[in-house]
Amino acid sequence: MILSVENVSKRFGGLQALDKVTLSVNEGEIFGIIGPNGAGKTTLFNTINGVYPPTEGRIKFRGEDVTGLPPFDLSKRGLARTYQVVRPLGELTVRENVTVGACFGRENLPLEKAEKVADEVLEFVGLTARQDMLASKLNVAQKKRLEMARALAARPILILLDEVLAGLNPQEVGDMLTVVRKIREQGVTIIMIEHLMHAVMNLSDRVFVLDYGAQIAEGTPQEVSNHPKVIEAYLGDPEVAKRFLEGTPS
Amino acid sequence: MKTLKNISFWLLLVVIAGAAIVPIAQGNVSMREDAFFILMLVILASSTNIIMGYTGYVSFGHIVYFGTGGYVAFYLMQTFQWHFVLAALIGGFAASLLAFLLGNAVLRLRGAYFALSTIGINEAVRAFVSNFEPFGGSIGMFFNFSMYDAYGGAKNAGQYAYYAMVVLALATIAASFLIKKSKFGLGLMSIREDQDASMVLGINPPRMKVITYTISAFFPAIAGAIFFFKNGLIEPGPAFELHRSVEALVMVMLGGFGTVTGPIVGAVVYERLRAFLITSETFSNFHLVIAGALLLLIVLFVPAGLVGWLRLRFAAVRRFLE
Repeated sequence: MILSVENVSKRFGGLQALDKVTLSVNEGEIFGIIGPNGAGKTTLFNTINGVYPPTEGRIKFRGEDVTGLPPFDLSKRGLARTYQVVRPLGELTVRENVTVGACFGRENLPLEKAEKVADEVLEFVGLTARQDMLASKLNVAQKKRLEMARALAARPILILLDEVLAGLNPQEVGDMLTVVRKIREQGVTIIMIEHLMHAVMNLSDRVFVLDYGAQIAEGTPQEVSNHPKVIEAYLGDPEVAKRFLEGTPS
Repeated sequence: MKTLKNISFWLLLVVIAGAAIVPIAQGNVSMREDAFFILMLVILASSTNIIMGYTGYVSFGHIVYFGTGGYVAFYLMQTFQWHFVLAALIGGFAASLLAFLLGNAVLRLRGAYFALSTIGINEAVRAFVSNFEPFGGSIGMFFNFSMYDAYGGAKNAGQYAYYAMVVLALATIAASFLIKKSKFGLGLMSIREDQDASMVLGINPPRMKVITYTISAFFPAIAGAIFFFKNGLIEPGPAFELHRSVEALVMVMLGGFGTVTGPIVGAVVYERLRAFLITSETFSNFHLVIAGALLLLIVLFVPAGLVGWLRLRFAAVRRFLE
């Protein structure tokens, strides 16, 4: 077990964003997190990687208690993430962005070695041709790849992908899925938040469903998609429910 | 250190050193005085740029370290007859220590709040010094003329101060260059672009910002020590003059925010422009108006500054102009 989240709750004033969430992720798997808008998925990521400390509960990463540690500490331990709303370092070049990831990530590389790693990762995600552009000048799909590259350059053990497919066209989605599969082949464990159902259902080994901050289901994609609570939380609409069950793109 | 093999690094230092030698070689004292002042502005602008241009924290009251270094060094020289170099270094470390302590508190603030707090720090330190008897209170301190005898008389001391300013300017520029091209500098620029994303990438912003602020306080403090050593007189007003801080920001903006050469170019252009306007019959009465209008035009139309604009416009320039 690489990550375990035990009874984690997060309150913002009167809002219960997470309510006693418990989950565990095994090494090498792709773990999907789904749930309607506002279910607390991104908050869960933020508590896992230390952006906010949880109000209660414990988080263990590779057997060590990391509850309340700051994000830069977790990054050094091998946890990387991408943002749903991309956050490029706009006035730096694409290559510099990725070099930052390699410099300050798990391996804490010196600058010149980090630049080499950055070149490899840029090749891997297919951004080599854009390496000297300012990151702010990339289009959305390229910025998503940049987020991914920056996280990968840290040579993480576990990567949190927050809606890397959102806003991409079908062609770009296909390319991105290939990248995600290749990351897994390298032995990196992946937790992904995704709205695109056919992608989560195809890629994930296990899926976790969150609604109003609480777990409503967990299991293989098939188990989860047949779970009555999940269908209810998401849909209520039989037509959409049918499409959902068949796993076709929504 | 790859930077030490970088030709533009050495070229820049050689150009600055070469330009600084000219007044000495010609034995022209008034030119030397101009160069002394320009070099001081280069130091103020470059060190402001380290915290403002690289890290994105606009230090409005950075002159507080110039005054602090000046005062500490002056006190040591006047009261204990310490040698100027030693006193200046201690002045530098004292200012860095102050920056370290204050930085831990104020660098938590972001944007306009940080900028305002630095003005507050400058005013508070000035008020403190104005009432601190060992530093002469509001009257300040002055040297007995015989103090310069240890340096071969006042005339030689002026020459000596000039050399010290040249060395300090070269050290400041070298530090600015080395930081910019290092892993540390990359981390700073990442913080400038997006502090929260940087944290997730493994950067520890609180620690890096405090280190940077501490470094950026060191050079102006020594410049203050040199300036007031040569001046022979130190008072709270000129030591903590807020408008000098603002001028340093203008120079950084004029030359190019976040570049190594920008603040140098900005300081030289700004000083020469002001000297021209002040001595010109037509403009002398409203030189500040023209300087202000110029700043407005730069911010509106060339926000990257002179060097920044060249770097954006011509890709080839980027390789040798940092």
